[in-house]
Amino acid sequence: MRERPIAARAGGFPLSNDNFIDIEHPESGVCVVIPRHDVDMSRSPILRSAIKDEMGSGLSKMIVDLGDVQYMDSSGLATLVEAMRGAKNANVSLYLASMNAKVRAIFEIAKLDAFFSIVDSRDEALSA
Amino acid sequence: MSETNPPIKIELVSDPMYLCGARELVSCIAHRIGFDDMECSKIALAVDEAMCNVIRHGYERATDKPIWVTITPLSESDESFGGIEIVIEDEAKQIEPTAIKGRELEDIRPGGLGVHIIREVMDSVVFEKRETVGMRLTMQKRADRPEEAPRISSRSSCPIPAERRVS
Repeated sequence: MRERPIAARAGGFPLSNDNFIDIEHPESGVCVVIPRHDVDMSRSPILRSAIKDEMGSGLSKMIVDLGDVQYMDSSGLATLVEAMRGAKNANVSLYLASMNAKVRAIFEIAKLDAFFSIVDSRDEALSA
Repeated sequence: MSETNPPIKIELVSDPMYLCGARELVSCIAHRIGFDDMECSKIALAVDEAMCNVIRHGYERATDKPIWVTITPLSESDESFGGIEIVIEDEAKQIEPTAIKGRELEDIRPGGLGVHIIREVMDSVVFEKRETVGMRLTMQKRADRPEEAPRISSRSSCPIPAERRVS
């Protein structure tokens, strides 16, 4: 397992976005992307960059763990729609895990909850 | 519309970094008025989406332009159980209000969801040109049930959402 901050690589973002995202690799071919704060217009580019960087060769499963995300707007939603499309093109299974009811509400408002594989926990996604 | 309290008006610059401040303020006041946690989150989302649209489309991502947010509690009346009115104004380029439409949801692609979300969350949404320059968006949300009517008290404090409380 390895962890690394993404914000520094994204470049140009304010200091408050440092360590916004953690990346873990719990097993071979599996990547867990973990946003640590709210995902809005100011932070979605960092999440997009992180997902794009990890969607490389050898990856079979990506889990976006939203357990620390209390709030997400449509820019975050757009980022995840883009990620899902990229995952399908790369034959990667993408799971969204641990989202709270408020975050889930935006998926339902946009009628995108059926478009994603949404699971209750990271463990459920790992065993899927 | 009848007003029970004087409106709150704040000015922000069009930097996405400060969206969180507007969200917190709106959510906090909506709590105070009497909306539940989920409704407060959705109202804050609508404000966030509106401001994002101003920044993205109106100001073409310039981060030093003004945005004004005015919040007015709506009082209970025979016709309604009270609620909140939020007005967002800018000095961006003017467009015809009829041209502001959300896209079809069947077309699954990134972006273009903001107007749809605003209309889905709020009960009343009116875009209009300001008198001289810029646009104005007026949104209203009414409490759903009598027991969720505004409970405005000068002594009550803004509740902290459960997930943000520190034990």
